[in-house]
This record gives sequence, structure tokens and C-alpha cells, in this order.
Amino acid sequence: MASERRYDPVTGQYTTGHQWDGIEELSTPLPRWWVISLVVCFIIAIIYAFLYPAWPTTKTYYTGLLGWTSHSELAEYQTEARAGQAHWREQIAANTVGDIAASDDLRTFAVAGGKALFNENCAGCHGIGAGGQQGQFPSLIDDDWLWGGTLDDIYQTVTHGIRNTDESSRQSEMPSFKDMMSEEEIAATAKFVLAMSDTSVSAETRNAMPGAELYTNNCAGCHGAEGEGMRMMGVPALADQIWLYGETEEAIRNQIVRPKMGSMPAWGGRLGDDAVKMLSVYVHSLGGGEK
Amino acid sequence: MNHALIEKSVALLFMLTFIVISIGGLVQIVPLFKIATTVPPVEGMRPYTPLEQLGRNIYTREGCYTCHSQMIRPFRDEVERYGHYSIPAESMYDHPFLWGSKRTGPDLARVGGKYSNAWQLAHLVNPQSVVPVSIMPSYAFLKNKPLQYDDIDLHLNALRSVGVPYSDEMLEKARADIEAQATGQGDTDDLLKRYPKARLGDFDANPSEITEMDALIAYLQILGALVDFSEPGAANATPAK
Repeated sequence: MASERRYDPVTGQYTTGHQWDGIEELSTPLPRWWVISLVVCFIIAIIYAFLYPAWPTTKTYYTGLLGWTSHSELAEYQTEARAGQAHWREQIAANTVGDIAASDDLRTFAVAGGKALFNENCAGCHGIGAGGQQGQFPSLIDDDWLWGGTLDDIYQTVTHGIRNTDESSRQSEMPSFKDMMSEEEIAATAKFVLAMSDTSVSAETRNAMPGAELYTNNCAGCHGAEGEGMRMMGVPALADQIWLYGETEEAIRNQIVRPKMGSMPAWGGRLGDDAVKMLSVYVHSLGGGEK
Repeated sequence: MNHALIEKSVALLFMLTFIVISIGGLVQIVPLFKIATTVPPVEGMRPYTPLEQLGRNIYTREGCYTCHSQMIRPFRDEVERYGHYSIPAESMYDHPFLWGSKRTGPDLARVGGKYSNAWQLAHLVNPQSVVPVSIMPSYAFLKNKPLQYDDIDLHLNALRSVGVPYSDEMLEKARADIEAQATGQGDTDDLLKRYPKARLGDFDANPSEITEMDALIAYLQILGALVDFSEPGAANATPAK
């Protein structure tokens, strides 16, 4: 098989000296550009290994001449980005939500930032545009507030949340009336509650209903004599036509028997105070904000 | 050495190849055994509660990791959206880790506490009901599948054998811990002593039964919630020099 290398005049190259049944193999060298590229790659790799963290050592690892880490690079980017907004962020930090909303410039900045934060963090429940979802999560664009719609109320709610493990979270619990009232009484109460928001039913007719007294004895303490609700305790108003958990008699009966109560995470620790301020101003600006 | 010699002797070729590969392997592997800890310890990390661990098994079984990553990379866009970047200690009790490599849905490394249990339930039952643009399939069936936890101590024991520090007490009380966490009743103080920050309560709005939904939501609600990053130095993510 093996024989002498010989010069091949047709291609101008030498052969490898191998031949099989008279067929010979050319020993064409690798293209020069390719060899140069390879060598350059080796050189770059060696330089890289000195500049950047590349090698483990027996106790820790070699950190590289540049001292680069992805974490410090991130910190630099963050600092740079924050610096561009520093003028506004400092004022957000220094002012109360009321002052932020009162200043045109600051409010514009807060609403823009708040909107981005809202879409990422709040829209899951309250929906893009804050329309809420009936049966689950309240709308934030109307003026029917469970826990209050002033800037300070919203700020408090967003910071500490509702019915969670945060120490300052808003807390309240509606008891189940399953064992306290009979089924007929519950049905009568539900009928009365529905009538409270029905403008076609006069007060006299309503007060003559069998559920009227039951309501006064069992529900009025929290929901108010006229169904006006109690924001201190997050008690919903019953005299309006906005129903979170459904507007049918059956839904109201279910709520008396097995009350649903929403829970909201505390955002203060997760997003930071500045972000919560911006969010509060944004939510307040959606239409239902109160003075 | 003459190249032809290596090419003609298989034994020699094999030996030399083995030596070259060994050098490459040893350089990478040996130092890992020597480093006192490749995972810098942080405050707050604890093994999963038995209920969370079973939820994690369901997460793995259903292949959630094929669409959701659990790894916030140290890039500005990710940190702005998801929160602090993931640090090694946060997956120290994951066997195997579920970092994932593809995001059809969002990253879940810090989804714990981001939504209420009611949201997680509504979303798993019908994702489009809360996120209209979602393409996630429904996992409503989890709500109807009773959670199997007779063998939970064996699960924990298996994890202990690969280095998760479950104590004898944790193994012994694993069943009771599952019931306490999924109902919010029973000896919850004891549970919280063993597993601080555990979320308690009926996760699937069905107090009469402990289902796979309870376990999965309990797991989702603890993801990324154990380390308190508001503490300065909490994320000191480089090994001690």
C-alpha cells in the first residue's frame, strides 16, 4: 500500500504516498486562511483565560485579571439606568404619594412607571387595564372600593396587601352563617340583599320583606343599615349594583353560607417603596381615585 | 514520535487518547471536589416541606419545566421583570434542578408569593380566564386527583441520601406535616419551626380533600421566596476566598 511520496505535476501537490489499486491520495495542505484563523483562536483563548475567570483552583477559582463578574456588570448597567432617572426617582422617594399626584411632572413619571409595573405584577389578577374579573378579583377602574380609594388607602393596600402573612396586611373575615341561620332564613336574607340594590323596589316594600329583620340582626353590623359597607374592614357595599362574587340570588346565598374572601400579596418588600408609590398613583389615576 | 506508529497501533492510540482526555477531565473535575463549597451559603434556605416536595414532583411529572425556566439570569431586563437574579443556593435542595432551558411561558424562579392562592388555582384550572393571551393548557384535573402521600417518608429519605438535610424528625412527621400545611390545621407551629416561611392553608378551595392541586400550588408559592434579598449581603454569590 505505502510507497514513496511523489510530486503530482497536474495539481502541483505532493501525494501522501498511499495508494490503493493504483489510486493515489494527494496531500493538499489546509488552506492558509484556515490555519491562521485556528492559530488566532488559540491565542485569543489563552488571552481570554488570563483576563476572565476561567480556571478552578484548589481552594477557589481564578478570578481573571479584569475582575469581571456577570453580577458586577449587571450592577453597573443598573446603576447607569437608574442614574438616567435619578432626578425623578429621588423625588419619588422624597415625596408622599399625595405630593407626587399633585405635581404634574412627577405624576406623569409615576403613572408611566406605574403602568409598566402594573402590567407585569398586577394585571394577572386585576387584568390589563384593571377591569378586574367578576367572581375573583375586583375592578380598580370604578369608584366602588373595598378598602378605600384615596391615595393613602391604595398605597397601604399595595404595600401590605390583603389577608396575607404581612404583619400590617389588611385583615377581616366574614363568618359563615351556615350554622347560625336556617336555609329559609338564608334565602330570605339573600332576597332582601338583592332588593337593596334594586332601584325599582321601594324602601317600604323592602322593609316589609321577611329578610329585612334578619339583615338588621345579622348583617347590618358590618355591611351597614343601608348596605353602605365599611371600608375600615373591607366590607363591600351591598346597596350598589357592583357585585364581585356574582349578582344572582344563588351567588349571594353561597356567599352567606361559604364566604369567599380575596387575598392580595404584599408588594412593599417585593418591589420596593418607590415602585409601590408609582403603582399607587397609577391605580388612583384609573378613574375611581378618591380625594 | 512517529505519527505512523500511532496510526498503526490501536493500543497505543487508545492509551494516548485516554491520557489526553483524562487531563482535560481532571482539570475540570478535581478542583470541584477541593473547593470547600461551590455553593455559597445564604440565610433562609431550607429543604422543601413534604407537601412542597410532592408539588415539585408533580411539576416535574407534568413537564412544567419544558415551558417554564427557573433561572433568572443576571441581565437587566430579567432582573427588572422577575426580581433578583437566581443564586446557586436557591437550587441547592433541588434534585434534579429544574432550571429549564426554554421560556414558552415566563420564568417561575420567583413566582412564590407573587399571586394569591386563588389566582394560582384559577390559572391552573383555566389559564385563559385570568391571562387571555396565554397558550398554557388547563391542569384542572389536578384538582380531582387525591394526593398520594403514603410513601412521603421514602421520598424524603431518598433525598436525604443525596445530601438534603432532612432530619429523622422531619421524616417521622412528614405525613402530619402534609396534612397540617394543606389544611392550615393541626400542629402548624411545629411545622413552621421545621420549615420556616411555609405557606399554610387550603390551596385548592376544597377543604375536604388534599389534592395534587394543593401540593403544586404550595410548591409554586415557595419558589424564590425563601431568601430575603432586602437584607444587605443576602446574595453574596461568590465563594468565600
